Amino acid sequence: MDKLLKLLDENARLTNSQLAVMLGITEQEAEDKISELERSGVIRGYKSVIDWERTDRAYVTALIELRVSPKRDLGFEEIAETIMRFDEVESVYLMSGGYDLSVIVNGQTFKDVAMFVAKRLSTLESVLSTATHFVLRRYKDSGVIFLGEEKDERGVL
Amino acid sequence: MREGYCKPMSYKVRLNSTLEGLKPSGIRRFFDIACEMDDVISLSIGEPDFSTPWHIREEGIKSLEKGKTWYSPNSGLMKLRECIADYTKKHKGISYDPISEILVTVGGSEAIDLGLRALVCPGDEVLIPEPSFVCYSPLTEMVGGIPVPIVTKAEKAFRLTPQALKAAITHKTRLLIMPFPNNPTGAVMRREHLEEIADIIRETGIFVLSDEIYGELTYGQQPHISFASIEGMQERTMLISGFSKAFAMTGWRLGYACGPKDLMKQVVKLHQYALMCAPTTAQYAAIEALKNGDPDVESMRAEYDVRRRYIVDRLCGMGLTCFEPEGAFYVFPSVAVTGLSSEEFSQRLLKEKSVAVVPGTAFGDSGEGFIRISYCYSLKHITEAMNRLEEFVKENRRA
Repeated sequence: MDKLLKLLDENARLTNSQLAVMLGITEQEAEDKISELERSGVIRGYKSVIDWERTDRAYVTALIELRVSPKRDLGFEEIAETIMRFDEVESVYLMSGGYDLSVIVNGQTFKDVAMFVAKRLSTLESVLSTATHFVLRRYKDSGVIFLGEEKDERGVL
Repeated sequence: MREGYCKPMSYKVRLNSTLEGLKPSGIRRFFDIACEMDDVISLSIGEPDFSTPWHIREEGIKSLEKGKTWYSPNSGLMKLRECIADYTKKHKGISYDPISEILVTVGGSEAIDLGLRALVCPGDEVLIPEPSFVCYSPLTEMVGGIPVPIVTKAEKAFRLTPQALKAAITHKTRLLIMPFPNNPTGAVMRREHLEEIADIIRETGIFVLSDEIYGELTYGQQPHISFASIEGMQERTMLISGFSKAFAMTGWRLGYACGPKDLMKQVVKLHQYALMCAPTTAQYAAIEALKNGDPDVESMRAEYDVRRRYIVDRLCGMGLTCFEPEGAFYVFPSVAVTGLSSEEFSQRLLKEKSVAVVPGTAFGDSGEGFIRISYCYSLKHITEAMNRLEEFVKENRRA
């Protein structure tokens, strides 16, 4: 994997000058490379990994399995595009296996999310069925461990 | 309880006086203090922060599942010795006979001990480039040898120079330790530097113990060159390496020594009487490491390199001048800008900013004025430690 992408994937807040030092390139080169990656759509955006449990924001997440009937010529694209427009929807994936689309939905309460599924998703014409699974606890998210601190147990010589 | 006189035990009389005279490791001491404090950020640990790659661990597990829990042959599993021979041929360009010239040991450190015990007679002088890892000198003393430090200097990239070597050789010199890539300085010896050393050694009866445990971890364009690969040196070199650093396998305790068969025949006896054999489970895992572990080594090396660049840049930025290390996973900056001694600097840094480093003096008197920083930590950890270190240096700059 591209070393620059690997570093940004771990910590998108590294400055151009830090990246330059770590990679042995100039700051200008780092800036140019990043611009190019953004322009070409390799880098789609930057986010932080937040443990909402530790804030006062009410926050629930659900993974919804959707079975849909694909449209001729358009396949799953049309329905995926409709679904991804909702603000509540965080991610939409086309899946292999027992169902077609995996939709990750965020809301303030379980009821919010359930109502969103019932009113917005189930009612869509090509949706055949939905199954909603609520996230009860996040142990690890986006590669970051949420469950306690890891203790350094290494010895010393 | 039996009655009568019971002579009190006097450890003074009973213990080996040479052993009692040895100093405890200076690395250990700081680590112990740090362990008792809260919120300490350590930069003192000299082992990889990575876990052993999964496919290697899995081979260890498989061997346990199959019940392969016996002793291995004294010299190590034949299959492993063959893998070591192949690996050494492929990566270092040296051929060793797996039957008579390779010994699997309990870590590289056992191999160092065996080498010293096999090669040094009481009164023999052992040349030890310093600063260097803490074990050479005490183990030399334990066999009655006389450690002769050769100071390496920052301005010479902490390399052993032919001039310094020549000046240290006497008629009693028996052995030269070659600790490169070096812990704690990160110095490496390139081919041309090794050739200069070999030119001197060739004319003497001096044997060389080349500790290349960090051989896989070098960061320049040029790969590590083994001393034994220099013309004429294989027959007078005991090459030591292992799995701990390259494959992140410290806890498995596995290393190896390669050398001429007349030497290894004697070394095996020592190993056999003292250790029997290296841990069998670890040996099965190690076979997998040598066969399929190169990509893991490469990805860990790339990660260390990123950290190395970052730390060197930060240290230079805060005025701790720093020779750019090209091997191992340590940086060895000078603390001259503060006017503090290594010991004072390290103690106050720990007390005032809760950052643990190792004073350079733990690696020999010539380490005075330096500290050792390990980069076996995540970038996040290193960044926080560097921020604290920077504050400390700002507050303690010599007027």
